Amino acid sequence: MKIQHDVEQFLYQQSELLDTKNWQGWIDLFTADGIYWMPPNRSYKTWDGQPAIFAEDKNLMTVRMGRVLHPDAWSQRPQWGTNHVVSNVSIRKISKNGDIEVASRFHMLEMRRDDVRHFAGSYLHKLKKTKKGYAIQLQRVDMTNGEAAYDYVLQVWV
Amino acid sequence: MLRERIADFAGLVEPDRVRKEVYTDQEIFEREMERIHETVWIYCGHVSQIPKTGDYYTVQIGRQPMIMVRGAGGKVNVLYNRCPHRGNMICGDRHGNTGDQFRCSYHAWTFQHDGKLKNIPMMESGYNGTRFTRDNPDCNMKKAARVENYRGFVFASLAKDGPALKEFLGRSVVAFDDMCDRAPGGEVEVVPNCFRVIQHSNWKLFLENQLDALHPSVVHQSTGRAAHEVEKILARKAKGGAVPLSYHMLSAFATVTIDKWDDFQTINYPYGHCILTGYMGLRPQDPDTLAYEKVMEKAYGKKRMEEILGVNIHHVLVYPGLSVQSPLQQLRAVRPLGVDRTLTEIWHFRLKGAPEPIYRRSLAYYNLVNSPATLINADDLENFWKCHAGLASDGGDWVSFARHHGRDIEEKGVVSSGPKMGTSEAPMRNQMKAWAKYMHK
Repeated sequence: MKIQHDVEQFLYQQSELLDTKNWQGWIDLFTADGIYWMPPNRSYKTWDGQPAIFAEDKNLMTVRMGRVLHPDAWSQRPQWGTNHVVSNVSIRKISKNGDIEVASRFHMLEMRRDDVRHFAGSYLHKLKKTKKGYAIQLQRVDMTNGEAAYDYVLQVWV
Repeated sequence: MLRERIADFAGLVEPDRVRKEVYTDQEIFEREMERIHETVWIYCGHVSQIPKTGDYYTVQIGRQPMIMVRGAGGKVNVLYNRCPHRGNMICGDRHGNTGDQFRCSYHAWTFQHDGKLKNIPMMESGYNGTRFTRDNPDCNMKKAARVENYRGFVFASLAKDGPALKEFLGRSVVAFDDMCDRAPGGEVEVVPNCFRVIQHSNWKLFLENQLDALHPSVVHQSTGRAAHEVEKILARKAKGGAVPLSYHMLSAFATVTIDKWDDFQTINYPYGHCILTGYMGLRPQDPDTLAYEKVMEKAYGKKRMEEILGVNIHHVLVYPGLSVQSPLQQLRAVRPLGVDRTLTEIWHFRLKGAPEPIYRRSLAYYNLVNSPATLINADDLENFWKCHAGLASDGGDWVSFARHHGRDIEEKGVVSSGPKMGTSEAPMRNQMKAWAKYMHK
């Protein structure tokens, strides 16, 4: 019960960091070698050496953050915001050292200028147990609408 | 309404400017689908997308839904995605394998991979004495008028007459030669993933942007700067070691300043094709490149290898539907969906026989620049939308392509931008010249 509660709080915190645009706080959730991965579809088994919508380590995350914060990131000038809801949190694996794998589902609504888009899918988090709480070694994001043509693009992590 | 103002299509295009309606008018859009996209050679896909008999991909040519399918004996056919019976689309999925025949989901008519009718349920009892007989070609799925492939890249033309593919491509074949020659085996194969992105603008805005050498340092400044900052930190940490080339590819958008883009050159060919020369530092002397050069030298000999790796190209535009970045083995096919909506289909290819790190190098570019989470194209798409919305207004009648107009150098039908004029709008002028010719005939 305690683990379930802790991991749920962790996932809620992660989505809150996105929705409040606390990009550095979000990046800090990852381990030094952590990877954020969104494969083109569910058939992919690894991010390494494969086409990927996102396959970012902390350095690339820092590039993305720097870009979004730059005053001339033209496409990010208009009003923009997201709202994530994470649910169906299901622990898949607990290691002896406290590391866990947890699956969940999300809905994300995005507003950009006058347009609203809706994304939904599943997360798989591989979390490392540290003294300060959990840290993300790998976050896999499978979007249900990921294989449809993208009407415009994704600017930050989902 | 438009007709009252402009007598003919040729009047829409002047050497250094174009009427805004060319981008926004529905009637013009329908006409250009008919006279350009549904007439000229349009890229369908690569043969390696459909390796086995029955493998197919659907593809849009102008307004026509088509199927590219591998037939028995290895032949690639391009057919209209339409049942001759009641018009039902035969393939509802984007791609798959149809087995040894196509079977319509409505009344179970079946067809061979070349579109020829195989069977109709109740053929005898239902159709005896009617006009639908087995030897009536109207009972077949209709084929594209012409299909040809160049080094594995399949094109179709929906018009019976016109130049052969090779004549049409002319010197833009360098797009495919440069891509394939960089493989020790002289061939590429597709990485089986297609990124698809929709932009809210006319299709021509995409093509014009591809060879616009002035825009990168303006539009992509944010990503270039952000990548450069991280690149510097990584270089300090690496202490003289190599920083992944992908950072350089991104930071170049900021560090290559406008005056440096002028060192590039545009070369413009008949039929609207054009090239932007320039090199993104893709031949550094790191261990990966040196290992690759060794394999290349073994395959081609030193002289030919130098020729191949010395090809100096940033983008090749095969007008009106393809933008090829040959040194990075990727291409974007442009599919107009409507006057103000355009789909790009983005593919990456693997150099057969090249070491894995070379594949990974261009893959990094594919993911960072061309995926639906692109760090680069996001700002282009924003501009395309803003351009289209502005053009639809009454705030002005013309689009200007005057940059370095009158300074182009023409030789034997090939137009080059002048020296130190890489940011010339010559490619846009060249595309519109071809456009006017197609539309006016």
